[in-house]
Amino acid sequence: MIQALWIMVAIATLLGVILGYAAIRFRVEGNPLAEKIDAVLPQTQCGQCGYPGCKPYAEAIAKGEADINLCPPGGEEGIHKLAELLGVEFKPFGEDAQPKPKAVAFIDEQTCIGCTLCIQACPVDAIVGAAKQMHTIIAAECTGCELCVAPCPVDCISMLPLEEKLDNWKWKYPVYEMRRAA
Amino acid sequence: MRQLHRFHGGVHPPTHKAESTRTPIALAALPSRLVIPLHQHVGNGAIPVVQVGEHVLKGQVIGRPEGRQSSAVHASTSGMVTAIDMQVVAHPSGEPDLCVTIVPDGKDEWIQHEGVDPTQTSHTDLRHLLRRAGVVGLGGAVFPSDLKAYSRHHKITTLVINGAECEPYITCDDMLMRERPGDILRGAELLRELLHAEEVLIGIEDNKPQAIAAMQRAIEQDGHQHMEVIAVPTLYPGGGAKQLIRVLTGIEVAAGVRSTELGVQCFNVATAYCAWRAVAHGEPLLSRIVTVTGNVAAAQNFEVLLGTPVDELLAQAGVKPDTDRYIMGGPMMGVDLPSAAVGVTKATNCIIAASSTLFPPPPPPMPCIRCTRCADACPAELQPQELYWFAQSNNFGKAQEYHLFDCIECGACAYVCPSNIPLVHYYRYAKSEIRVRDHDKRAADQARERHEFRQFRLEREKQEKAERLAQKEREAAAAKAAVAPVATPVGASSDPDDTLQMRIDAAVERAKVQAAAAHPKNTEALTPEQQAEIAAVEARRAKIRELASDAGAEDEPPKQQ
Repeated sequence: MIQALWIMVAIATLLGVILGYAAIRFRVEGNPLAEKIDAVLPQTQCGQCGYPGCKPYAEAIAKGEADINLCPPGGEEGIHKLAELLGVEFKPFGEDAQPKPKAVAFIDEQTCIGCTLCIQACPVDAIVGAAKQMHTIIAAECTGCELCVAPCPVDCISMLPLEEKLDNWKWKYPVYEMRRAA
Repeated sequence: MRQLHRFHGGVHPPTHKAESTRTPIALAALPSRLVIPLHQHVGNGAIPVVQVGEHVLKGQVIGRPEGRQSSAVHASTSGMVTAIDMQVVAHPSGEPDLCVTIVPDGKDEWIQHEGVDPTQTSHTDLRHLLRRAGVVGLGGAVFPSDLKAYSRHHKITTLVINGAECEPYITCDDMLMRERPGDILRGAELLRELLHAEEVLIGIEDNKPQAIAAMQRAIEQDGHQHMEVIAVPTLYPGGGAKQLIRVLTGIEVAAGVRSTELGVQCFNVATAYCAWRAVAHGEPLLSRIVTVTGNVAAAQNFEVLLGTPVDELLAQAGVKPDTDRYIMGGPMMGVDLPSAAVGVTKATNCIIAASSTLFPPPPPPMPCIRCTRCADACPAELQPQELYWFAQSNNFGKAQEYHLFDCIECGACAYVCPSNIPLVHYYRYAKSEIRVRDHDKRAADQARERHEFRQFRLEREKQEKAERLAQKEREAAAAKAAVAPVATPVGASSDPDDTLQMRIDAAVERAKVQAAAAHPKNTEALTPEQQAEIAAVEARRAKIRELASDAGAEDEPPKQQ
């Protein structure tokens, strides 16, 4: 009886030591869940969720502080993905956070005065220019976050919706009238 | 006799090939204008190198290849470039693309061109020549041939020349093989040399006995070694590259594997023909054989200049008035043209004029009953009923798991479907959705990287600035201490506001000296009237200054110009 007890205590101590060592040795830096959430988010860095970027929002979701329906650029599909990842119910967008069609910023170069305010606002460095020089958007890098629109003192930045062109054209969902079986 | 193999599935649609093989290939009339798209091949579109108003000669390069995977585009005839703009092209989207419009001058005047002797030319030069001549796969995939005629990592044993032409209605390869077998074979020999292949297998479906006979005769006449014409059973889609390779060699090209990894490369007969014309005669790819058939008075094959508007081509075959749409390619895999004004491209092997009597609208689809006839017909051995289920419910991940991207969109599944479901449309939809999502994902990853780097950069700049300031202050303090070690209290010299004020004062002093040194220009040799005017202005200024100082505006002195 006593011997069995000792054996159990010894095993428990041994396992405890192994687990304790593993917790230090194989410790994962950062929150892996936040990173998984961040991978799903569209990385526009627009701040429409109320957080200063996609990563802070992902961290807030991981901590359970933020809802999953605050990211309009991700669309409803983004919410579905987050719901699936976190094992929670789908939640539709609120009224003030409706997704908009994708767009890229465009600088009217005639009006631009070269103040560099938009360059400082751009979260992904997608604006080229220097003080008192004309600025322009690198359209391929622009995430459409609209953060450059408000700081412009001469309102020369507009958001152009992405047009469908030959290289981004998609086959449409087939729509056919199904015949009812008699 | 060679042992042939068979591929899974396949169907036997009515071929309708006899209509367009009654007459030989005709030369299409010179059109009123040519609309030549600059992106007629897989890869990057060509960059225009001509200008509006420029006179170009037949065979002159109008678009140079850009990047590794690209091909040149040429003027198909001599004439004047009247526009370089976005125009509707032969693509199901109906979206415009960059095109060069040429109005022919009627002279059809060639640019200076001459061929090379392929035996005396290095393989690298030959491949460059193919690229400059705009030779791409004419079977429909339009992949640049110079890239295909090269295998660095794998030993190619077999070169398959594809003359199967399995799709109904299309006969352009058939007629080319009947009429110009010599150049096709010389082209095949050239490609064999480039690939160091041991044998050339020419696969032709057995419903083209005349083409088979012509090719065999040409092999004997020209004494080609290592070449064999093989009649393959007529079974759609036996002309698919993977299917033909399977039938001829028994090699199964697995998903995600290139046939070159298994020692086989495949070219279309028309590609071999054009490769030979480009190398031996210096003729770039300017025209191709197009089957014009369907709802026309006289279906036949035309040799058509690239860029010829489809409606002008159809008029020569006598298109009937009840035609309501135009199909590019065959009825199984072809796509509806957005407009009859688009130009013929390198991919245009066939134009079918369609009417509701010739191609009655399909009956409305019914629900899938999971009979799996489509799976029996699928040449890629997929499960089309499952793919349909996932595509129509937008379950793209699952569709990819079921190898959606191995689908060659041959349409055999939709052909046999008893519920008339347009299966291929669903697969195309799912494929393009997946492509866009992959693209978005890559863009998001890039945006994340850029954002993180930006934050790192801002942090770094902040640190550097702080360091610089600290350094400067240290220097300033040291300088002050050296000049007046006793008089200046230590606390005052390290006050940043103080040093700033000192610097501002120094700058103001410098500006004053500069202003005093500056002389007004253009003041020599003035007329007395001008001098009087200047004196009046100076007097007015002096008065204003006086008034300003009287008003006590000392902190805002008037600007000195």
